[in-house]
Amino acid sequence: MKHKAMSAAIVAGAVATAVAGLSTTAPAQAQAKEKCYGVSLKGKNDCQAGPGTTCAGTSTIDYQGNAWTLVPKGTCTTMELPDGRTGSLTALDRDLPKA
Amino acid sequence: MASNPFSDTVDGNAFGAALLDPERPAPAGLVGPDGKHAPKRFNVYRNNVIVSLRDALADSFPAIKTLLGEDYFNALARAFVLAHPPTSPVLIWYGGKFPDFVEAFPPLAAYPYLADVARVEWAWLQAYHAADAKPLDPAELGALPPDAIGGACFAKHPAAWVLSSDWPVWDLLRVNRFEPGTDIVIDLATPQSVLVSRPELDVELMMLRPGADVFLQALFNGETLGEAAFHAQQHSADFSLSDSLSDCLSNGVFEQLIVNQTD
Repeated sequence: MKHKAMSAAIVAGAVATAVAGLSTTAPAQAQAKEKCYGVSLKGKNDCQAGPGTTCAGTSTIDYQGNAWTLVPKGTCTTMELPDGRTGSLTALDRDLPKA
Repeated sequence: MASNPFSDTVDGNAFGAALLDPERPAPAGLVGPDGKHAPKRFNVYRNNVIVSLRDALADSFPAIKTLLGEDYFNALARAFVLAHPPTSPVLIWYGGKFPDFVEAFPPLAAYPYLADVARVEWAWLQAYHAADAKPLDPAELGALPPDAIGGACFAKHPAAWVLSSDWPVWDLLRVNRFEPGTDIVIDLATPQSVLVSRPELDVELMMLRPGADVFLQALFNGETLGEAAFHAQQHSADFSLSDSLSDCLSNGVFEQLIVNQTD
């Protein structure tokens, strides 16, 4: 006896069902698609034009560790957790500015 | 290659350390074309380093950005960049530690589902950049003699990923990334598991049926079809082998069939 396994007959039956179902609904993947090389999501190492990449030189930490009273303003705040908790944020005691 | 990439007057280690610590002054010896110390130029560069990495994270984790809002995301991303600067110059691989960072970030402890959403987004990116491979033709499996099927194993397709979650990650990703504007109620008490695959050129996301995540993980770990099905059934009484297998085959989760010699 090796590992516990589902009975061979049941597995074979399920495989037959799955494969038969696929062959009737098949060639959804066969649509012709062209590969467009060089168009990747990123690779934006350049200094791009646009918001956020201006050369404004914000050289200080904009949110220090003890300033995490910042609350998520996205969709997180509209959801409640199963136990009734909602977002309560505690201060973080690291990344503090050096004394 | 041994020469100092910065200049003859600036120490590379000091340059690197100052880059990620705004409290530090511009490294000594850093001068502009006029020969004078150039702290403003350094600050511009320092800012661009952080901002470009932050933007890379925003591109890789758009659902997290939507969930948190731009201000919070930017602050979080900056904290991540400072804690985990890149270890490779390849920007597409930057951010693999972000999900764990989110999970362990104390101010986000009240939003425990975020890390799994981030994990799926990371898997999406992995699938996007994974090697191209032709998925297993279901007919190959169909052609196996019945007594060999239970002992068959599969080689994972390079772009296939499974994520089991205690949270409704599928719904969270639909609303916050893939189908914005979709009007569905997200029930945070509903666990969902997700399959990420790329059978051809487009990354596909699919919610897995009960037990299918356990089934697939087992197969990815090298278990036989019979063993994996057994484990999935133990885990979830609603597990359907034929439906789950059908989903896997039509989403190109496997690359090859491995037929074990029975002894």
